[in-house]
Amino acid sequence: MRTESIRPVQTKTDYWSLFTDYWRAVGAVLGKDFTAELRSKELFSSMLVFSLLVVLIFNFALEFERSRATRENVAAGVLWVTTTFAGTLGLNRSLAMEKDRGSLDGLLLAPVDRSALYFGKALGNLLFMLLVQAVILPVFSILFNLSLLKPLLLVIVLLGTTGYAAVGTLLASMAVHSRARDVMLPILLFPVAVPVLVAAVRASSAILVSAGWEDIGLWFNLLVGYDVIFVAVAYMVFDYVVEE
Amino acid sequence: MEKTTRNLQILNIVTIALMIIATALVFFYAPTERVMGQVQRIFYFHVPSAWVSMLAFFVTLVAGIVYLRRGHRGWDMVGSASVEIGLVFTIMTIISGSIWARPAWNTWWTWDPRLTTYTILALIYVAYLMLRQGLEDPDRRARFAAVYGIVGFISVPITFFSIRWWRTIHPVVIGSGSPSAEGGFDMTSPMRLVFFFSLFAFTVLYFCFLANRLRLERLTERVEQLKMKVLSA
Repeated sequence: MRTESIRPVQTKTDYWSLFTDYWRAVGAVLGKDFTAELRSKELFSSMLVFSLLVVLIFNFALEFERSRATRENVAAGVLWVTTTFAGTLGLNRSLAMEKDRGSLDGLLLAPVDRSALYFGKALGNLLFMLLVQAVILPVFSILFNLSLLKPLLLVIVLLGTTGYAAVGTLLASMAVHSRARDVMLPILLFPVAVPVLVAAVRASSAILVSAGWEDIGLWFNLLVGYDVIFVAVAYMVFDYVVEE
Repeated sequence: MEKTTRNLQILNIVTIALMIIATALVFFYAPTERVMGQVQRIFYFHVPSAWVSMLAFFVTLVAGIVYLRRGHRGWDMVGSASVEIGLVFTIMTIISGSIWARPAWNTWWTWDPRLTTYTILALIYVAYLMLRQGLEDPDRRARFAAVYGIVGFISVPITFFSIRWWRTIHPVVIGSGSPSAEGGFDMTSPMRLVFFFSLFAFTVLYFCFLANRLRLERLTERVEQLKMKVLSA
């Protein structure tokens, strides 16, 4: 019989192994979400179709055809509204799934730090949202007749989505327990996520009109600050949210 | 029980007296402002209400942190009672502000950073109460409310700065940013006296409401206990 997998932890590399164990737990939660998604594909497809529908509705509501200047002004707003709505959908599903199938209790029984579960879930949500955006951005570029695939814009998308997913995962894990959970998440999340949206929209539209760093830098800093603050807060309070 | 009720009664009487004095000072002692006239007197109610609402939400934040640390039910009651009172004062602030803004800025409402942030703040605490309503298990309700009270309060200053930076890049048509830009004034010393007295009276009013609300909560709990006793007997 092979015994490699159960060799004892070496005392010399104690901290290091604690660190890798922690991230292995995060990776396990993330991997589980990915496998489940690969088999069902329900989260990704629903978010994607939903986003495309939102763009379509905006197309009728705002008349994209007008002029290039209008499109440049509107594109950033539409992009982030789409992300916000599609994100809510994904966040809700990802935690409702755990609760309905009782797998949340299983996760909580695992002998790992609770915050590892949070980071696993949050990273999973972030990656799903980014995957949807990877499809949406080229589609947007075609529909708006604007190039949205600028490197700086991709950084802003990453930062904005990170903040949104960080707060969203924390609040979604509370919202799933409430009676009207599908409506509860946006009500809890939107007012708290206002700074992310303001900063992301302003930065994106500044990039789209090729403004200088002095117009973008402020928003970039705000996004980084928001991400750091809320990931830290979520890390500190998540224990209390999942406590039974 | 007897003693706390008496203390509460004393607090109630003191609060009523302070509020009457504050109102009398505002209408009879404070001088009429030269430019805006009588409408400026709203200031003595508007700013203290805004201050009390911020104080109330700050108390919720502190109560939330202490609750998560200690797990004592009383802190959860303080947090939720404070949000209820805070929302009442928020609505008072918005209404009194609108009444003032109509003659001073010539509009009921403007999307100035302070006003916008304040609206978002109100929505956060409406969401707080909705979250509480949607949860049945009292222990879980207390924990989630504490967490949301913390997350919500932290987001408020960031929201304020994000909106202010946005507006400084884009020009605002009315009352560029703060009341000192349009509809501002310098306080004379009788004005200052009335203002600080009013601020003090409103702060006492907040604690009076809080004490009464907590008493009500305790009585509700007692009724529940007595009901259980009768049913089980």
